[in-house]
Amino acid sequence: MRRALRVLVPVALMAVSIGLFAMESAAAPAGKGPASAPSNSQPTAGGSPESEGRRLFVQGCSSCHGFEAEGVKGHGPSLIGVGEEAADFYLRTGRMPLDRPDEEPQRGPSIYSGAEIQALTTYVGSLGGPAIPEVHPEEGDLAEGQKLFTENCAGCHQIVGRGGMLPGAVIPDLGAANARDVAEAIPVGPYVMPSFGHLSRSEVDDLARYVEYTHDPEDKGGWGIGHIGPIPEGMVAWLLAGVALLFTIRLIGERTTR
Amino acid sequence: MTPGGLFSRVVAALGGLSGLRRRRYDRQAELHQVSDPAGKKSDAVRASDEETRRREFVPPPELDETPDPRAELVVALLLIAASVAFVGFVVFYVVSEDTQLLGLCIGLGLVLAGVASALAGKRVVIQEKLTDEYKDYGDREEQIQVEDHLVEGKVGVTRRKLLFSSLAAVGAALGAAAVMPIASLGPRVGEKVYETPWSAGKKVVDETGKPITVETLSAGEFITGFPAGASKDDIGSPLVIVRLETDELELPADRAESAPGGYVAYSKICTHAGCAISLFRYPTFDETQPGPALVCPCHYSTFNPADGGKVLFGPAGRPLPQLPLRVGSGGVLEAAGGFYEPIGPSYGGIREAPGEQPL
Amino acid sequence: MIRRTIGALDERLGAASPLKRTLRYVFPDHWTFMLGEIAMYCFAILVITGIFLTFWYVPSDAKLHYAGSYVPLQGTSMSESFASVMHISFDVPAGLLIRQTHHWAADVFIVAIVLHLVRILLTGAYRKPRELNYWLGVTMLGLAILEGFLGYSLVDDLLSGMGLAIAYAVAMSIPFVGGQFAFLVWNGEFPGTSSFLPRLEILHVFLIPMAIATLLALHLAQVVRQHHTQFPEEGSERVVRGTPAWPGYALRSVGLFLVVAGVLFLLGGLVQINPIWEWGPYAPYLSTNGAQPDWYVGWLIGALRLMPPLEIVIGGYTVVPSPFWGGALFPGIVFGALYAWPALARRFHLDDRRKHNLLDRPRDNPRRTAVVVAFLVWVFTVFAAGATDRFYFRSFISYEGQVWFFRAFALLVPLLVYFVTKRVCEELRAREEHPLRSWNGSLIERNQARGFEKIVDRSDQSN
Repeated sequence: MRRALRVLVPVALMAVSIGLFAMESAAAPAGKGPASAPSNSQPTAGGSPESEGRRLFVQGCSSCHGFEAEGVKGHGPSLIGVGEEAADFYLRTGRMPLDRPDEEPQRGPSIYSGAEIQALTTYVGSLGGPAIPEVHPEEGDLAEGQKLFTENCAGCHQIVGRGGMLPGAVIPDLGAANARDVAEAIPVGPYVMPSFGHLSRSEVDDLARYVEYTHDPEDKGGWGIGHIGPIPEGMVAWLLAGVALLFTIRLIGERTTR
Repeated sequence: MTPGGLFSRVVAALGGLSGLRRRRYDRQAELHQVSDPAGKKSDAVRASDEETRRREFVPPPELDETPDPRAELVVALLLIAASVAFVGFVVFYVVSEDTQLLGLCIGLGLVLAGVASALAGKRVVIQEKLTDEYKDYGDREEQIQVEDHLVEGKVGVTRRKLLFSSLAAVGAALGAAAVMPIASLGPRVGEKVYETPWSAGKKVVDETGKPITVETLSAGEFITGFPAGASKDDIGSPLVIVRLETDELELPADRAESAPGGYVAYSKICTHAGCAISLFRYPTFDETQPGPALVCPCHYSTFNPADGGKVLFGPAGRPLPQLPLRVGSGGVLEAAGGFYEPIGPSYGGIREAPGEQPL
Repeated sequence: MIRRTIGALDERLGAASPLKRTLRYVFPDHWTFMLGEIAMYCFAILVITGIFLTFWYVPSDAKLHYAGSYVPLQGTSMSESFASVMHISFDVPAGLLIRQTHHWAADVFIVAIVLHLVRILLTGAYRKPRELNYWLGVTMLGLAILEGFLGYSLVDDLLSGMGLAIAYAVAMSIPFVGGQFAFLVWNGEFPGTSSFLPRLEILHVFLIPMAIATLLALHLAQVVRQHHTQFPEEGSERVVRGTPAWPGYALRSVGLFLVVAGVLFLLGGLVQINPIWEWGPYAPYLSTNGAQPDWYVGWLIGALRLMPPLEIVIGGYTVVPSPFWGGALFPGIVFGALYAWPALARRFHLDDRRKHNLLDRPRDNPRRTAVVVAFLVWVFTVFAAGATDRFYFRSFISYEGQVWFFRAFALLVPLLVYFVTKRVCEELRAREEHPLRSWNGSLIERNQARGFEKIVDRSDQSN
């Protein structure tokens, strides 16, 4: 039993550390958002998308954003003029609705189906504002994208999009962000993110291409251990190499018997 | 000679088994001697009786010569496997560029060879425990002799004080001369810290050299700016330019004109430890979200862009230096003067501005 | 043939007698005595792989546009240094393997030194007559940390460039002399001139390795001169007992060297470290969230993040700038404590003043063990505080709250740890049992009749 433990304990330590890296490095699956996937729900009787959107809005959004989307003091901003662009971003990425007005909106599964999102987006868009932007990551230049991302985005989102924090907010990992998310977030500037309206269409394409690249960057050196640098590296040095070498000298050397 | 015979010889040669066997009987006599420095006064340990008994007991020397052919075989196999791995390294080096394959081969080869050697050391060759003595250094007679010998240097020397003082003088002077060239390594600190490429009229451009105008940003956006024509790597160059709503500004009275159209510019270099301030927090809805802030990613010093760069949180000891802006021809933003405060991390003279004027 | 070689050497150099002593030299062989060896072998791998890297590395901040094989950086402006390391990583055969092995070896080198240091402190090996050797070791630890920092800063990538900016600020923050000191090291204001990277290179590839090698030689020579310490059950204050150098210990040592080398090369090939192509080149106006120094500098980023914004200004002169507390005073206290430790331990009656060739088990000196463990926990807490942004406790603790939490934790928890450790040591010592291997309780199981019965009873056994 003790002999088995002597093998099992170092192996378990190494397994735990591998598990920790896996957790840290497993970016949320790089799935595409529910772009315009139609849902299976039946349209309501007599509902054009606009009035369906209005119905959903009143039901799910008006308590914070106001009955006419004019905003409610202390709860939510006005949505007049934000356009389809913002509504699509927040809804598709599941950041809205919030449970509490002072919560940080975070990516998650949306409570709405694709069709419902479409309806809501159309309704909010009808109040004025920018449409959902077009983006062509395949036309983007990767090197230009890395340069732009480093200058404008890395300070918050980390150089390969693994996210981070600043006092007052958690900054999301971009592992689940697709090109459309990028193209929308840049002009919208959700939550405490600033907007970057001064970036041109081709620059947004470059950035979208780069963000997609960061989902699976070139790991010529082997296991990427999370792409966040020295913290997992130090953990490997202690929990893989350190444990392996302690195990080795334990076998080579003698032990005290008392 | 069979391959097995050859490898057994290698292993035996490694451990010198055959050689040692021959001399076994000579060594037996040696091995059973326990060094006994008794007779030499030792000032090492004077402990309690029980502890002394425990600590003075030394197990006798050991010798274990039992052969272990199974271990010998395992060692040989490990060495063969290691050779295969090393050959694999050579092959992959030529054939492929793959870092993982190369590392796997050479790493595995080394580990296997290492295990073989350690195993040989523990199971194949003889296992011995020998003793030796801990020398108890500290011989008063010798120490006195050394002292005497050194002091001989003084014999016959009459003007000792004079000689020693002049020796001390030359030592100090030579020392000073020897370290003097260290001063050549760099310039005097001082005015240099206050020099930046910014002065009144300098145009603000972005990273590609394009001028930044009053149209470039909307409220809630930020961009990095540089002085036209200057080096971007000078730490006095980069600005973080933020556009706020004009009613968000709370600048001190003497800086009322420094932020045209809500554009306010600060040094991008954090006054704590010099990292670039690349985070800008700007609320979509300021009633429930934290207010505007410029944040440094290194230690999270947080500065308020609305009131002249005051520190909101974090270890920075000085506010973020603001650069006054004005609108030039064609709507291009330009500096209206130098920074209001010295930029970059603090040092002794950082608050001793060379003059009254903004630099 | 062996006899002829020995004969030749002996007739010219009188080598037979020293060879005889060397072959029979006795090594106490407890496994914890091999930690220093691991460090030494890491150093050997560092030198070997480092020499290869020096054949490619260019210490120059002259800018060029990247034209190598990594697509996302093509055309990007970068220094020649960064480009040369990109070249090693992508275009030199086995270049990335050797570069990564070198970097892993640096990380593991300091892991081994720290483990070795902890063993020395907990067993009292630093006591008379071995204080000098202990100071040599502490110096080598400091040099190794500096060496590693300089090594990864040579690359001029985004992360290490940010680290150099911080190092500049810490240098500037030394009271009175800091500003001039920083200007001398950098030849002016940060980021320095074209002479800066060559200075780092000469320190990293020559001056500091020579210093470490010299100190290491003195360190080993002293061990040989005094013999290694050992635990009481193997020997006594006057007699050292162990495995002779030949054949047993030599084979084990060679084995350990090969295993250490193997582990480092396995990491170097299989686990990515410092992927500079992902970070990109450094410029003073660029930074990234989540930037960290290598682990052995992590204690300093923690200290810098925890210290409040205190600058002491007297009459317009800034005597103590803010980075001083975390960046210079904290490591000064830690290393000062390490250097002063033998004297402090004697002064506070944790140790006596006698010579010791025998080691204590940690539990044999509960107060000393408790102080050492509490000190390590203090340093570790500050270290952990530097990484909390990556383990963000979101939703219920703000970052500001975390900073206060760690400040309190760093002050209170070592005290608690002191008392707990002391108690544990006293208990173990009183019971004369091995902490892990002896258990003298009973296992009880519920039986059919709803009662309890003992199925294993060791309560009357003692070890």
